[in-house]
Amino acid sequence: MTPEALLELGVREVAEGVRSRTLRAREVLEAYVAQLEIEEPDVHSFLALDVDGARARADELDRRVSRGEDPGPLCGVPVAVKDNIVTRGFATTAGSRILEGWRPPYDATVVERLLGAGAVLVGKTNLDEFAMGSSTEHSAFGPTRNPHDLDRVPGGSSGGSAAAVAARFVAAALGSDTGGSIRQPAALCGVVGVKPTYGSVSRYGLIAFASSLDQIGPLAATVEDAAVLLEVVSGHDPRDATSATRPALAVCATLDDGVRGLRVGVVRDLVAMATPEVASAVDEAARELERRGAHVREVAVPEVRAALAAYYVIAPAEASSNLARFDGVRYGLRVGAPTTEALMVATRSQGFGEEVKRRIMLGTYALSAGYRSALYVQAQRVRTWLGRGFARAWAEADVLLAPTSPSSAFRLGERSHDPVAMYRSDVCTVPSNLVGEPAVSVPWGFDRERLPIGVQVLAPAWQEARMLAVAAALEQGAPR
Amino acid sequence: MSWPWRERGYELVVGLEVHAELRTRTKLFCGCANAFGAAPNTNVCPVCLGLPGSLPVLNARAVEIAIDVGAALGARVQSSQFHRKNYFYPDVPKNYQISQYDVPICAGGAVVLESGRTIRIERAHLEEDTGKLVHVGGGGRIDSAASTFIDYNRAGVPLLEIVSAPDLRDPDEVRAYVSELRAVLVAVGATDGRMEEGSLRVDANVSVRPYGSSELRTRVELKNLNSLRSLHRAIVAEAMRHVALYEAGEAPVQQTRHWDEERGSTAALRDKEEAEDYRYFPEPDLAPLAIDPAALEAARARVQPLLPSTRRARLGDAAVSTDVRDTAISDVLWPYTRAALDAGLPPTLIARRVANEVAQLVGTVGSCEPERVVAVLRLEAEGALVPQQVRELLREVWLRPAPVESLIAAVGGDRSAAQETAAAIAERLVEEYPTEWQRFVDGDTKVAGFLVGQLVRRAAGSVPGQLARATLDALRASELSSREDGPPRGGDG
Ligand SMILES: [Zn+2]
Repeated sequence: MTPEALLELGVREVAEGVRSRTLRAREVLEAYVAQLEIEEPDVHSFLALDVDGARARADELDRRVSRGEDPGPLCGVPVAVKDNIVTRGFATTAGSRILEGWRPPYDATVVERLLGAGAVLVGKTNLDEFAMGSSTEHSAFGPTRNPHDLDRVPGGSSGGSAAAVAARFVAAALGSDTGGSIRQPAALCGVVGVKPTYGSVSRYGLIAFASSLDQIGPLAATVEDAAVLLEVVSGHDPRDATSATRPALAVCATLDDGVRGLRVGVVRDLVAMATPEVASAVDEAARELERRGAHVREVAVPEVRAALAAYYVIAPAEASSNLARFDGVRYGLRVGAPTTEALMVATRSQGFGEEVKRRIMLGTYALSAGYRSALYVQAQRVRTWLGRGFARAWAEADVLLAPTSPSSAFRLGERSHDPVAMYRSDVCTVPSNLVGEPAVSVPWGFDRERLPIGVQVLAPAWQEARMLAVAAALEQGAPR
Repeated sequence: MSWPWRERGYELVVGLEVHAELRTRTKLFCGCANAFGAAPNTNVCPVCLGLPGSLPVLNARAVEIAIDVGAALGARVQSSQFHRKNYFYPDVPKNYQISQYDVPICAGGAVVLESGRTIRIERAHLEEDTGKLVHVGGGGRIDSAASTFIDYNRAGVPLLEIVSAPDLRDPDEVRAYVSELRAVLVAVGATDGRMEEGSLRVDANVSVRPYGSSELRTRVELKNLNSLRSLHRAIVAEAMRHVALYEAGEAPVQQTRHWDEERGSTAALRDKEEAEDYRYFPEPDLAPLAIDPAALEAARARVQPLLPSTRRARLGDAAVSTDVRDTAISDVLWPYTRAALDAGLPPTLIARRVANEVAQLVGTVGSCEPERVVAVLRLEAEGALVPQQVRELLREVWLRPAPVESLIAAVGGDRSAAQETAAAIAERLVEEYPTEWQRFVDGDTKVAGFLVGQLVRRAAGSVPGQLARATLDALRASELSSREDGPPRGGDG
């Protein structure tokens, strides 16, 4: 098989090929590495690559298969993991200087599960520092560029994972989504990105940004590839107390179930926030579902208009506490100073980037005596109220349709000096995080400048199977 | 006792915060051993080191213990929520402590002192302990030390913080409260209660007010109270500092002060202007903690018999001192006391023997089957042994595995031998004291004590008083019956 043909294979086809010895894991890997060696210098989707380690791993998998073993459903599939997910003995920075040089002594649960299923880990992908951003420009180690247009951002914060999948450096990748960090870059890079139900995928080993919102999920070229990864990484983990005591999600078997008879609600309040081109993409997608037998109607969820404000209180508040541990005392960067307090101040001042400091200050303020009830407590009320809004919508619709990002990929530097404009990039994605419900971004054609557009399918908690069946239908009907 | 502040018209007001290290096998949020004395940083893992990506998982046993304590204190045990208490300090691995804030697991409750005074408990909540800093050089303080080492073995050890209302009124009462609370905690198995190892740590909130007033004046939190003695001394010193300030027309400021054992005085630890805002918020990594009502009921039933107050009540009106009573109900000795009480033996005798001989043997030799002790105490209660024999027999029982009955002879407590001795001496007494004997036979009870005393003294400790009396009674009975059976005196002829 030619390298080009190998890059076209889906995750399931690669794994089945390697397991049945019609393909070799090493040969698949080399096709991806060849692609990576040509384009990665321009894209910069990785913070750390371990091609030698990946080759050794691929060879080992081939040997295991030839001995009659079955390494699992991701056997020989080259994958990448966002660099805020810890990997044992392998540098993990979360895109921050403050963790430069730190080698975690343990693997995240999702990494254990990927490796346990036979995946080949190629490297750690770039991100906005501590996942705080929507463009990957806030990485301390330089931005990632959008493979569709190198002058544009890939979105963020999982921009490295989205770009690596879009450029075919890996077959699939993991990202994390706190307010849209999987779905928005997936939309901007023209790939599929899933934010599963809160509690479905273990957060153990995910460097926390906002613990009540963070969720790990897959980015992949197709809905099916994403579904295969999701089945592997989901399921209860006793090391994460917020992990639901449920088995792994079962989503692959029902991907072709279609949408006939499903009630699809178009969230007008979110469509209204998008550019005309993105808005009309959502409408086209709705019509496609109608053609396939779904009942499409508009659904009002006016509460979503308050979601962004609540998000930018709650997420920084939790972050201000989560990031307190980076103080130069135990690991990572240490900037020496005469006293312990001065050491902490110097380390944090030099180790954190501007956006991270901004959010720590926002969050510290939101939790401070005298402001807490007006900000943090009020934002939690909005969160509860938003949940009621969605509950009402689920009485009318089985899935909801919305834009993923209000616009297609913007230029590097375009929003990096206007934090509020950058924050608005998340307006369509944060509601699902606040209510803990799943959502997927699936490509829906391109805009005038040949930049990808993504549409978002939202579902009630634990309805990933239904949600991904809808996404698969959209994928089939999407303009090319 | 008269306290110096009383003489100057002031009353002392104290509330205590007691931190008890819970006796769990593992730490509060990870699987590391909860053990004292290991080499530094050996009982650690990503979770208790707060490494990036790690997450806490609540130790169910710590929750059970907290429920038991709540049941023991008569607290409202309620569904609760963990919060993060945010502050930067190098012994706090995450720079926040997972604690409980506005909804603690236990609310209310009380400790009833032996004096009868009720000290209200405001709350008891679960939290994780911090690591330990060791400052080298520079006077052992963090900002002047040449270097500082951090041992995170203690980080994440489960603590229950028990906060009393400001109900304590003098240093003796403070001591009594700590002793009683400690006894309750030890009795339900919550902690080993060793103040010197830091498994029980006490902070005191101290203020004074004009005698007779009910106001609460500015309080000072005292830390570094490592023993009951330093707790006592620190409160006295701090109270007098407040009195002196008020008398000088000044007032204390609300602050935390450190007790200096050598100087015998307190010194400010933090200034008011540095007052911390801990920015509490619900710990998003842990779900709210629900309490199963059935588990709570079970805990109530389980702890009730373990409580010092329950045990004390079982000893009833034993005529012994408070010390003897508290020793007899202490955890180590309670199995002996309880077994003897269950056997229906007299409480006074039980408390005395358990608090003295048994306590000494348990301390020096080790434990013993309680039923063996009961067998000895029963012999004493029946009057079969003299005190000296009881002491010797208890020692034999501890040192030799043989059945108690077979050990009696070894202490000269053989019943038949003692009876023979008693009978022989009684015969001699009848001959030597015919007048007294005749009065005894005729029913003069006043002379009985004289004869019993004579018999016991002549037996040189081998005949207990009760056996002596029984022997004399038996001899009298046989003399009376021989009179009835013999030829009638005088008669009709
Ligand atoms: Zn640990």
